[in-house]
Amino acid sequence: MEDIRKRAKQLLEAKTVDVVIGYGEGYGKKVKAIFVRKPEDADKLIYDERCTQNIGVYLTKHEVKHFGKAAIVASVPVMRTILQLCSENQLKEDDVLTLGITLEGKFLEFPTYRTLENFLANGVQPLTESDKELMAKIDAMSISERWNFWTAELSKCIKCYACRSSCPMCYCNRCMVDYNQPQWVSVPSTEIGNIEWHLMRAMHLAGRCVNCGECGRACPVDLPIHLLTFKASEEAKINFSAVAGLSMAMPSTLSTYKPNDKENFIK
Amino acid sequence: MTETKLLKKSSFESFFKSLQGQGKTIYAPKNNGKKVEFTKVSTFEDIVFDYINSNQSTKDIVFPRYHKVFRYTKEKDQSITLQDFDPNALPETVIIGQRPCDAVGILALKAIFETDNKDLPFTARYDKTTFVTISCNKCDENCFCTSNGFGPGSTNGSDILLTPVQNGDFYAEILTEKGKNLIKANESLFENTAEMDKTPFLVKVEPKFDNTKIQEKLGSLFNHETWVEQSLHCIGCGACAYVCPACACFDILDEDNGRSGFRYKCWDSCGLGNFTLHTSGHNPREVQSQRWRQRIYHKFSYMPKREHVFGCVGCGRCSKVCPVNMNIIEHLQTVNEL
Repeated sequence: MEDIRKRAKQLLEAKTVDVVIGYGEGYGKKVKAIFVRKPEDADKLIYDERCTQNIGVYLTKHEVKHFGKAAIVASVPVMRTILQLCSENQLKEDDVLTLGITLEGKFLEFPTYRTLENFLANGVQPLTESDKELMAKIDAMSISERWNFWTAELSKCIKCYACRSSCPMCYCNRCMVDYNQPQWVSVPSTEIGNIEWHLMRAMHLAGRCVNCGECGRACPVDLPIHLLTFKASEEAKINFSAVAGLSMAMPSTLSTYKPNDKENFIK
Repeated sequence: MTETKLLKKSSFESFFKSLQGQGKTIYAPKNNGKKVEFTKVSTFEDIVFDYINSNQSTKDIVFPRYHKVFRYTKEKDQSITLQDFDPNALPETVIIGQRPCDAVGILALKAIFETDNKDLPFTARYDKTTFVTISCNKCDENCFCTSNGFGPGSTNGSDILLTPVQNGDFYAEILTEKGKNLIKANESLFENTAEMDKTPFLVKVEPKFDNTKIQEKLGSLFNHETWVEQSLHCIGCGACAYVCPACACFDILDEDNGRSGFRYKCWDSCGLGNFTLHTSGHNPREVQSQRWRQRIYHKFSYMPKREHVFGCVGCGRCSKVCPVNMNIIEHLQTVNEL
């Protein structure tokens, strides 16, 4: 924690960056994202087991971009977010300075995205035990059982779009659910409308999801919707050898056409 | 005049069964395996009594997240048959166990939906619903009802208020005609008792700020930088609005298959970027700080001015569900100190 504060202070004093995005104390015992712009505020930065939010979501936020050059306190999912955003042309190469926290909790600074790529090649964050367990349970289900499981879960969705808003990869200015001419997805929270939304979301994140699990944590009704995008990532890896957030130049899995595609229907 | 009664713990199930026998639809807090939520219940054992507050408010029962306003069909001879919203088709409903803050929340909705023209579906649902509220003997760090001018034993908005007293029995205040009608068939279950002081049985909720002072302050803070600062970490989802008992933003849309269709109303939120997007492409609330400011102003300035009620009841649900820990108490305390 002291390393982060010290480095943030230096960076702000030297005006190397204009803002350090990190975590600070919130109300009660909760933490929240903070945006440090003055060297004397660097001591407000914290990092502990409560800091689970993927704060990479703020890198594309209008008000935050407005501050200028940013450094960000980055756990492994945030590092992957940076590379994936770069590969999707949402961040310029080396635009963001990464104050990384390794899986072991060690502070490590990454001056370039190339150094991030090298680091992440050694491994990324594993699924949590409870996610592994639930994923295995769902995998073991028959198709009809799985359908029943998801329709029951998704019927509770209130369509608040916290999953979309909390996801750093959902940066579209206008989401497909917000189109009404034509209306692709039913707007209200109905059984079919909810399923349509979550399936579309998972498909749009296939091969792009950095597996941070933020959507599931954000959900106010506790739906395990992060498993949908995790599963889509797994499929993208198996079928297209694509893993999101490991390279700043990864071709988009679902919108890349190759003349030598192994599937015939597309030729 | 309020009648005061005692409902024995052992009589509650009989009361429940009698309401069921009268064909009433009953909503009560039920544990769905993850959260306590208001659910249609058919078994008394399903009702949870030991809980602080439900994850979502009871708003959904009188102002459903999705409901049809009318349907239409194009007949073979090209004429149109219109099927209007039918208030008579709604069931007689009883909400058992909502907290006093939710009862106040429904009064806020009533103020919105019944100022000038009455909103027919809302009024119809409200009129058909009897509110049996249970006072709070527990709270958590997000509760701040007492900062909004009422408290854990307030009767505002309830037809019957039950306060858990000794031995798990309930001190019942029968507050309205609706409340009286509800116990009419069960008068033997409700013993007469003298009016009593409920205070020892209620949780003490420390006030966090003064809402009238907030209202006053907002008068000169519209262009203050605090709105940008407070909302920097807001990600602009609708979670806070959808769990809020007093948020009433909605959208009206049509679904049509060429021969028939319907118009419906569904929840919307002023925190979502597209809420104020014009057809021209112009958006008067372009950035999140403007939307956050709107949320606070609507609840603490515009509503008290226009509808004479505050748009926040102090249930703290918005803070509980917020994925990024925007905390309304923290933000209002900041306003208080400006």
